[in-house]
Amino acid sequence: MLWQLDFWLMSLLIIAAVVALKVKDLLVSVGMLTGYSFLMALLFSELGAPDVALTEAALGAGLTGVLLVAALHRLERRSQD
Amino acid sequence: MISRYDSLMARVTSTFIAPAIQVYAFYVIAHGHYSPGGGFQGGVMLAASTVLLRFVLGSEEGYRRFPPRRAALFGALGVLCFALIGTVPLLRGGAFLDYGMLPIVGAGEALRRYIGILLVEVSIGFAVWGSLVVIFDALTAPGNGADEGGRS
Repeated sequence: MLWQLDFWLMSLLIIAAVVALKVKDLLVSVGMLTGYSFLMALLFSELGAPDVALTEAALGAGLTGVLLVAALHRLERRSQD
Repeated sequence: MISRYDSLMARVTSTFIAPAIQVYAFYVIAHGHYSPGGGFQGGVMLAASTVLLRFVLGSEEGYRRFPPRRAALFGALGVLCFALIGTVPLLRGGAFLDYGMLPIVGAGEALRRYIGILLVEVSIGFAVWGSLVVIFDALTAPGNGADEGGRS
Protein backbone atom coordinates (compact mmCIF):
# COMPACT_ATOMS: atom_id res chain seq x y z
CA MET A 1 0.00 0.00 0.00
CA LEU A 2 2.34 2.70 -1.20
CA TRP A 3 0.59 6.03 -1.17
CA GLN A 4 2.89 7.32 -3.94
CA LEU A 5 1.76 4.54 -6.28
CA ASP A 6 -1.87 5.17 -5.35
CA PHE A 7 -1.40 8.88 -6.00
CA TRP A 8 0.11 8.46 -9.46
CA LEU A 9 -2.39 5.80 -10.52
CA MET A 10 -5.23 8.00 -9.33
CA SER A 11 -3.87 11.05 -11.19
CA LEU A 12 -3.48 9.05 -14.41
CA LEU A 13 -7.01 7.71 -13.89
CA ILE A 14 -8.46 11.22 -13.69
CA ILE A 15 -6.47 12.36 -16.73
CA ALA A 16 -7.69 9.34 -18.75
CA ALA A 17 -11.30 9.97 -17.72
CA VAL A 18 -11.18 13.67 -18.63
CA VAL A 19 -9.52 12.96 -21.99
CA ALA A 20 -12.09 10.24 -22.78
CA LEU A 21 -14.88 12.71 -22.10
CA LYS A 22 -13.42 15.74 -23.88
CA VAL A 23 -11.89 14.27 -27.05
CA LYS A 24 -13.77 14.61 -30.36
CA ASP A 25 -12.73 11.35 -32.02
CA LEU A 26 -14.84 8.50 -30.68
CA LEU A 27 -12.15 5.89 -31.38
CA VAL A 28 -9.68 7.79 -29.19
CA SER A 29 -12.40 7.97 -26.56
CA VAL A 30 -12.79 4.19 -26.60
CA GLY A 31 -9.03 3.79 -26.31
CA MET A 32 -8.88 6.11 -23.33
CA LEU A 33 -11.76 4.22 -21.74
CA THR A 34 -9.89 0.90 -22.00
CA GLY A 35 -6.82 2.62 -20.60
CA TYR A 36 -8.95 3.89 -17.73
CA SER A 37 -10.19 0.35 -17.07
CA PHE A 38 -6.65 -1.00 -17.05
CA LEU A 39 -5.48 1.66 -14.58
CA MET A 40 -8.55 0.86 -12.49
CA ALA A 41 -7.54 -2.83 -12.48
CA LEU A 42 -4.00 -1.93 -11.38
CA LEU A 43 -5.42 0.25 -8.61
CA PHE A 44 -7.80 -2.50 -7.44
CA SER A 45 -5.03 -5.09 -7.28
CA GLU A 46 -2.77 -2.62 -5.49
CA LEU A 47 -5.49 -1.97 -2.92
CA GLY A 48 -5.79 -5.70 -2.23
CA ALA A 49 -8.88 -6.71 -4.22
CA PRO A 50 -7.53 -9.19 -6.80
CA ASP A 51 -10.95 -10.63 -7.60
CA VAL A 52 -12.38 -7.26 -8.64
CA ALA A 53 -9.12 -6.46 -10.43
CA LEU A 54 -9.34 -9.65 -12.49
CA THR A 55 -12.92 -8.86 -13.50
CA GLU A 56 -12.04 -5.29 -14.41
CA ALA A 57 -8.99 -6.34 -16.43
CA ALA A 58 -10.84 -9.06 -18.33
CA LEU A 59 -14.06 -7.20 -18.97
CA GLY A 60 -13.23 -3.50 -18.87
CA ALA A 61 -9.81 -3.54 -20.49
CA GLY A 62 -10.39 -6.58 -22.68
CA LEU A 63 -13.82 -7.08 -24.10
CA THR A 64 -15.70 -3.80 -23.62
CA GLY A 65 -13.23 -2.00 -25.87
CA VAL A 66 -13.72 -4.55 -28.63
CA LEU A 67 -17.50 -4.35 -28.34
CA LEU A 68 -17.41 -0.54 -28.40
CA VAL A 69 -15.16 -0.54 -31.49
CA ALA A 70 -17.53 -2.99 -33.18
CA ALA A 71 -20.43 -0.69 -32.32
CA LEU A 72 -18.48 2.32 -33.65
CA HIS A 73 -18.18 0.67 -37.06
CA ARG A 74 -21.96 0.52 -37.28
CA LEU A 75 -22.39 4.19 -36.48
CA GLU A 76 -23.01 6.82 -39.07
CA ARG A 77 -21.73 10.13 -37.89
CA ARG A 78 -22.74 13.41 -39.35
CA SER A 79 -21.10 16.23 -37.50
CA GLN A 80 -20.34 19.70 -38.70
CA ASP A 81 -17.20 20.37 -36.68
CA MET B 1 -18.84 -8.90 -41.58
CA ILE B 2 -15.18 -8.56 -40.77
CA SER B 3 -12.59 -9.10 -43.44
CA ARG B 4 -9.30 -10.80 -42.71
CA TYR B 5 -6.68 -8.48 -41.22
CA ASP B 6 -3.86 -8.24 -43.71
CA SER B 7 -0.82 -8.75 -41.50
CA LEU B 8 1.03 -12.04 -41.13
CA MET B 9 2.50 -10.99 -37.77
CA ALA B 10 -0.89 -10.22 -36.23
CA ARG B 11 -2.41 -13.44 -37.56
CA VAL B 12 0.39 -15.72 -36.32
CA THR B 13 0.63 -14.01 -32.94
CA SER B 14 -3.09 -14.14 -32.23
CA THR B 15 -3.46 -17.74 -33.37
CA PHE B 16 -0.65 -18.63 -30.95
CA ILE B 17 -2.03 -16.55 -28.10
CA ALA B 18 -5.70 -17.58 -28.33
CA PRO B 19 -5.20 -21.18 -27.07
CA ALA B 20 -3.04 -19.88 -24.21
CA ILE B 21 -5.84 -17.47 -23.22
CA GLN B 22 -8.30 -20.37 -23.29
CA VAL B 23 -6.11 -22.59 -21.10
CA TYR B 24 -5.72 -19.75 -18.59
CA ALA B 25 -9.47 -19.16 -18.69
CA PHE B 26 -10.19 -22.80 -17.87
CA TYR B 27 -7.65 -22.54 -15.03
CA VAL B 28 -9.45 -19.48 -13.68
CA ILE B 29 -12.81 -21.28 -13.88
CA ALA B 30 -11.57 -24.49 -12.26
CA HIS B 31 -9.80 -22.68 -9.40
CA GLY B 32 -12.64 -20.26 -8.74
CA HIS B 33 -13.26 -21.58 -5.23
CA TYR B 34 -9.94 -20.68 -3.67
CA SER B 35 -8.29 -18.09 -5.85
CA PRO B 36 -9.44 -14.88 -7.50
CA GLY B 37 -11.64 -15.52 -10.47
CA GLY B 38 -14.50 -17.83 -11.17
CA GLY B 39 -17.05 -18.59 -13.80
CA PHE B 40 -17.68 -15.03 -14.92
CA GLN B 41 -14.05 -13.99 -15.32
CA GLY B 42 -13.11 -17.24 -17.06
CA GLY B 43 -16.10 -16.95 -19.38
CA VAL B 44 -15.11 -13.39 -20.31
CA MET B 45 -11.58 -14.61 -21.14
CA LEU B 46 -12.95 -17.44 -23.30
CA ALA B 47 -15.14 -14.94 -25.14
CA ALA B 48 -12.14 -12.62 -25.55
CA SER B 49 -10.11 -15.39 -27.21
CA THR B 50 -12.97 -16.18 -29.61
CA VAL B 51 -13.50 -12.50 -30.44
CA LEU B 52 -9.74 -12.05 -30.99
CA LEU B 53 -9.76 -14.82 -33.61
CA ARG B 54 -12.83 -13.29 -35.28
CA PHE B 55 -11.22 -9.87 -35.44
CA VAL B 56 -7.90 -11.02 -36.85
CA LEU B 57 -8.78 -14.02 -39.04
CA GLY B 58 -12.01 -12.50 -40.32
CA SER B 59 -15.59 -13.57 -39.89
CA GLU B 60 -15.45 -16.48 -42.34
CA GLU B 61 -12.58 -18.33 -40.67
CA GLY B 62 -13.77 -17.27 -37.22
CA TYR B 63 -17.27 -18.64 -37.89
CA ARG B 64 -15.71 -21.88 -39.13
CA ARG B 65 -13.70 -22.26 -35.91
CA PHE B 66 -16.54 -21.28 -33.57
CA PRO B 67 -19.93 -21.11 -35.30
CA PRO B 68 -22.43 -18.47 -34.10
CA ARG B 69 -25.03 -21.17 -33.48
CA ARG B 70 -22.63 -22.90 -31.11
CA ALA B 71 -22.26 -19.65 -29.18
CA ALA B 72 -26.04 -19.38 -28.76
CA LEU B 73 -26.14 -23.06 -27.76
CA PHE B 74 -23.43 -22.56 -25.12
CA GLY B 75 -25.20 -19.56 -23.67
CA ALA B 76 -28.53 -21.36 -23.43
CA LEU B 77 -26.98 -24.57 -22.09
CA GLY B 78 -25.07 -22.68 -19.41
CA VAL B 79 -28.19 -20.94 -18.13
CA LEU B 80 -30.10 -24.25 -18.26
CA CYS B 81 -27.43 -26.11 -16.25
CA PHE B 82 -27.33 -23.28 -13.68
CA ALA B 83 -31.11 -23.38 -13.27
CA LEU B 84 -31.09 -27.19 -13.07
CA ILE B 85 -28.38 -27.33 -10.40
CA GLY B 86 -30.24 -24.60 -8.53
CA THR B 87 -33.64 -26.32 -8.60
CA VAL B 88 -32.58 -29.90 -7.81
CA PRO B 89 -32.01 -29.08 -4.09
CA LEU B 90 -35.40 -27.31 -4.04
CA LEU B 91 -37.10 -30.57 -5.06
CA ARG B 92 -35.33 -32.43 -2.27
CA GLY B 93 -36.39 -30.03 0.44
CA GLY B 94 -33.48 -27.62 0.55
CA ALA B 95 -33.08 -24.01 -0.51
CA PHE B 96 -32.26 -22.73 -4.01
CA LEU B 97 -28.59 -23.52 -4.82
CA ASP B 98 -28.20 -25.45 -1.55
CA TYR B 99 -25.29 -27.60 -2.70
CA GLY B 100 -25.43 -29.81 0.38
CA MET B 101 -28.74 -31.25 -0.85
CA LEU B 102 -27.45 -32.32 -4.28
CA PRO B 103 -28.12 -36.02 -4.94
CA ILE B 104 -24.55 -37.24 -5.51
CA VAL B 105 -24.07 -40.82 -4.32
CA GLY B 106 -21.03 -41.69 -2.26
CA ALA B 107 -20.07 -38.11 -1.43
CA GLY B 108 -20.03 -36.43 1.95
CA GLU B 109 -21.47 -33.00 2.67
CA ALA B 110 -18.21 -31.15 1.96
CA LEU B 111 -17.57 -33.00 -1.31
CA ARG B 112 -21.17 -32.40 -2.43
CA ARG B 113 -20.75 -28.66 -1.88
CA TYR B 114 -17.39 -28.73 -3.69
CA ILE B 115 -18.85 -30.46 -6.75
CA GLY B 116 -21.92 -28.22 -6.72
CA ILE B 117 -19.86 -25.02 -6.71
CA LEU B 118 -17.61 -26.38 -9.48
CA LEU B 119 -20.58 -27.33 -11.69
CA VAL B 120 -22.21 -23.94 -11.17
CA GLU B 121 -18.95 -22.15 -12.00
CA VAL B 122 -18.53 -24.14 -15.21
CA SER B 123 -22.11 -23.47 -16.31
CA ILE B 124 -21.75 -19.73 -15.56
CA GLY B 125 -18.54 -19.73 -17.60
CA PHE B 126 -20.23 -21.32 -20.60
CA ALA B 127 -23.24 -18.99 -20.32
CA VAL B 128 -21.02 -15.89 -20.28
CA TRP B 129 -18.85 -17.19 -23.13
CA GLY B 130 -21.84 -17.85 -25.36
CA SER B 131 -23.69 -14.64 -24.53
CA LEU B 132 -20.72 -12.34 -25.12
CA VAL B 133 -19.90 -14.00 -28.45
CA VAL B 134 -23.56 -13.68 -29.45
CA ILE B 135 -23.44 -9.94 -28.63
CA PHE B 136 -20.29 -9.53 -30.72
CA ASP B 137 -21.82 -11.46 -33.64
CA ALA B 138 -24.95 -9.33 -33.50
CA LEU B 139 -22.82 -6.18 -33.62
CA THR B 140 -20.74 -7.31 -36.59
CA ALA B 141 -23.42 -9.18 -38.56
CA PRO B 142 -23.78 -8.10 -42.20
CA GLY B 143 -26.76 -6.02 -43.24
CA ASN B 144 -29.04 -3.60 -41.37
CA GLY B 145 -26.06 -1.45 -40.46
CA ALA B 146 -25.69 2.22 -41.17
CA ASP B 147 -22.06 2.07 -42.21
CA GLU B 148 -21.53 -0.80 -44.63
CA GLY B 149 -18.17 0.51 -45.76
CA GLY B 150 -16.39 0.36 -42.41
CA ARG B 151 -14.51 -2.90 -42.18
CA SER B 152 -16.89 -5.00 -44.19
